[in-house]
Amino acid sequence: MTAPGPGPAPDRHFRPLDADGVREVVAWAAAEGQPLEVIGTGSKRALGRPVQAAHVLDLSAISGVEAYEPAELVITAKAATPLAEVEALLAGADQEFAFEPMDYGPLLGLEPGRGTLGGMLATNLSGPKRLKHGAARDHVLGIHAVSGRGEIFKSGGTVVKNVTGYDLSRGLAGSWGTLAVTTSLSLKVLPAPQTEASVLIEGLEDDEAADALCRAMGTSAEASSAAHLPQGIGSRLAVDGLSLDRPATLIRLEGFAPSVDYRFEALAHLMKPLGPVTRLEAEPSRALWRAVRDVRPFCSDAAPVWRVSVAPASGSDFVATLRENCEADAFYDWSGGLVWLSMPDGDAHAAEVRFAVSQVGGGHATLVRADAATRANLAVFEPQGAALAALGHRLKAQFDPVGILNPGRMLAGA
Amino acid sequence: MSGLKMPEANRDVLSRRAEIVSALRAIVPGEGVIDARTEMRAYETDALTAYRQMPLVVVLPETVEQVSRVLRYCFDNGIKVVPRGAGTSLSGGALPLEDGVLLSMMKFNRVLDIDYSNRAVVTQPGVTNLGITRAVEHEGFYYAPDPSSQIACSIGGNIAENSGGVHSLKYGLTTNNVLGLEMVLITGEVIRLGGKHLDAEGYDMLALMTGSEGLLAVVTEVTVRILQKPETARAVLVGFATSESAGRCVAEIIGAGIIPAGMEMMDRPAIHAAEDFVHAGYPLDAEALLIVELDGPEAEVDHLLGEVAAIARRNGCTSSRTSTSEAERATFWAGRKAAFPAVGRISPDYLCMDGTIPRKALPEVLSRMQDLSKKHGLRVANVFHAGDGNLHPLILYDANKLGELDAAEAFGADILRLCVHVGGVLTGEHGVGVEKRDLMGEMFNEIDLAHQMRVKCAFDDRQLLNPGKVFPELHRCAELGRMHVHAGALPFPDIPRF
Repeated sequence: MTAPGPGPAPDRHFRPLDADGVREVVAWAAAEGQPLEVIGTGSKRALGRPVQAAHVLDLSAISGVEAYEPAELVITAKAATPLAEVEALLAGADQEFAFEPMDYGPLLGLEPGRGTLGGMLATNLSGPKRLKHGAARDHVLGIHAVSGRGEIFKSGGTVVKNVTGYDLSRGLAGSWGTLAVTTSLSLKVLPAPQTEASVLIEGLEDDEAADALCRAMGTSAEASSAAHLPQGIGSRLAVDGLSLDRPATLIRLEGFAPSVDYRFEALAHLMKPLGPVTRLEAEPSRALWRAVRDVRPFCSDAAPVWRVSVAPASGSDFVATLRENCEADAFYDWSGGLVWLSMPDGDAHAAEVRFAVSQVGGGHATLVRADAATRANLAVFEPQGAALAALGHRLKAQFDPVGILNPGRMLAGA
Repeated sequence: MSGLKMPEANRDVLSRRAEIVSALRAIVPGEGVIDARTEMRAYETDALTAYRQMPLVVVLPETVEQVSRVLRYCFDNGIKVVPRGAGTSLSGGALPLEDGVLLSMMKFNRVLDIDYSNRAVVTQPGVTNLGITRAVEHEGFYYAPDPSSQIACSIGGNIAENSGGVHSLKYGLTTNNVLGLEMVLITGEVIRLGGKHLDAEGYDMLALMTGSEGLLAVVTEVTVRILQKPETARAVLVGFATSESAGRCVAEIIGAGIIPAGMEMMDRPAIHAAEDFVHAGYPLDAEALLIVELDGPEAEVDHLLGEVAAIARRNGCTSSRTSTSEAERATFWAGRKAAFPAVGRISPDYLCMDGTIPRKALPEVLSRMQDLSKKHGLRVANVFHAGDGNLHPLILYDANKLGELDAAEAFGADILRLCVHVGGVLTGEHGVGVEKRDLMGEMFNEIDLAHQMRVKCAFDDRQLLNPGKVFPELHRCAELGRMHVHAGALPFPDIPRF
């Protein structure tokens, strides 16, 4: 990199080494009105709307674990610390992020394991265990960040119970780097379950499965994940030694061995009248849920993919409504509340998807895979009502008054 | 009230009181507007009773439309509004303002929808925390966050304070159990966030609203997650000769991968006060007492109780008892749950503090608290949510003795500074309110606080909702909005940092 001269700034790639360096870059960009695309490793660049910015603020040097004490159940690390590195560290102490952050890499045609902690918070990642444990936003305890004003601020702390001031740490979750650049995060960690097993029921139609999953979630079995893979989906999971040729309804149980055994029996008993029940032991169960987490059934082609969040009991109604108007491959996570859609004819069918969401009592749909032109021309995120959208704009204007942080990422022109 | 400064009253608003009352009566008819001093008396304080203030007028709307019109009227006329739920705030969050409308939400008292398939309850904000559980317990469900005031506190107030409880390590705080909200901005605009689905879309306004202490918007509807009750719950009561060994026991339990439903610690003064009051059979020779509760299927609970007992023995516990019946478990908890009134029996008054600390800092904090106790000449008893590090020191004083309230407040401030010093925070679950407002600078610098205020400015730029709470100083949003940057200063990439 060279020192910039006078005149219009050419495209630059800033790679600061610490939070103060980030502050300096953002302060310059704010003063000059120069938009920045904020990236960690760039693993999620193909998600969301394409950013309209000439310069890149590359955080990849802001990396490393700052503090980890297993007994305190908290880890603090710099924003671009690779998630895979942190997960390996936690696993060494038999701990984990209970929200099971998914890896978008395979779905976006990238190699797995490239994401960072900062990207995880910015996109509020979670996985199948979100059903029981929440998402990244439920586990963030504190942050240090640089707002679009070029000012370093902190929020929260390193303890679980904290109501001191507004919850800006959680407020940055899912903000796609449009409010502030996080430079360091503290996250709650939990003991990794000693073991797991899954209940597999075969042969259910979507609506029967929705009913079965909601019933299972309404018991004291404390299932941590609940999914349904319709005919033709399970066979695309690519999990070694597991062939799911028929519709597969799955409920995951984690914990201490005697507890998992007991809860498995209770659920198997409840589910037996619906169809054949088998037990997936820890190894295949883990592999299966990892494949569900990373949307493996839709990773082998490039068709548009939607991520749809609706009330769990409405998932199958949503898909049925959608299919009245267009073709779609679908499978269900979160007890039916998370629907992954792949659109086989190559068109995103945004109007049909949004219409179907509105018909089942609301929720939201995000176009997570499509070519850049489609993502630039469509509302990638669920459009909001006027008052809520205006509130969002005011929040953005407070944190990033010049509009330099990831412009266009969430909304066109903002 | 010792030296607490509230925003200066607006003389113009005070002089227009009669006109304001009649305008509000036009929006909320009948008994929904209270302006008689004798009737307003019930609203002059919340559970932080050291602070009292008569409001300008009390309004109890019954519909969202009324809330919207009241707020719009106040917005148009520059009148402050203090929202109030059940009035159980321990930090003065609902303390009225002389020139402010006190907006009570307690007529919003209906559960609107119980949806077992989606494990969700839609309720109005004035329903009590326990009221939600009561509405679903016949089907085996409950609402997990359980602040100790749960019989009285409202779910709307729980949103405002992000309430916790003794089970929050395992089951989370309010913010982890809320799925959706309907809220009304000071402009009267009605906005819905989330719903029965997980992951609200767009910016996480639910996160910003939860714990915002009534400064951002008025909540008119809440959707919460309900859970099926665990099959069984049992507790073990363990005594230790030192708080260090109790602390090590807590760390080892967590290190063994066990997340108890509840894990509470009491120090010697708290043990004695509680035992004298409820006779729970607490060991009076112990310096520290742990109550560890496990819940889940019986097979799991039995297994884990064995592990916990073994860990306690390894750490040299002086006594250990496991509950063998539901009645015995309730007795174990009775002492802990009565700790505040128990301390109330041995002292005319007490201040309840609410810092959170890293668990490992507990022995240091307890020992330095004894030094502070000597310095301020006041006794202190401690109850501690050991699972999540939330510490409740109870400072004993006598308000009738000259200077003791001031000394107690100074002692409390010292304790909170100590909590921040060891890496903790000012408040774990009671909120900042007016009580800890002036201590915010111990934890946050001006820029940190300015960024919090910017959220306020996005929601309520005229600062009419609950001003004087949370922030030590009020800055006008326009002042806060100025950018202080060195025009054109370039971040040179050739300096070593880059």
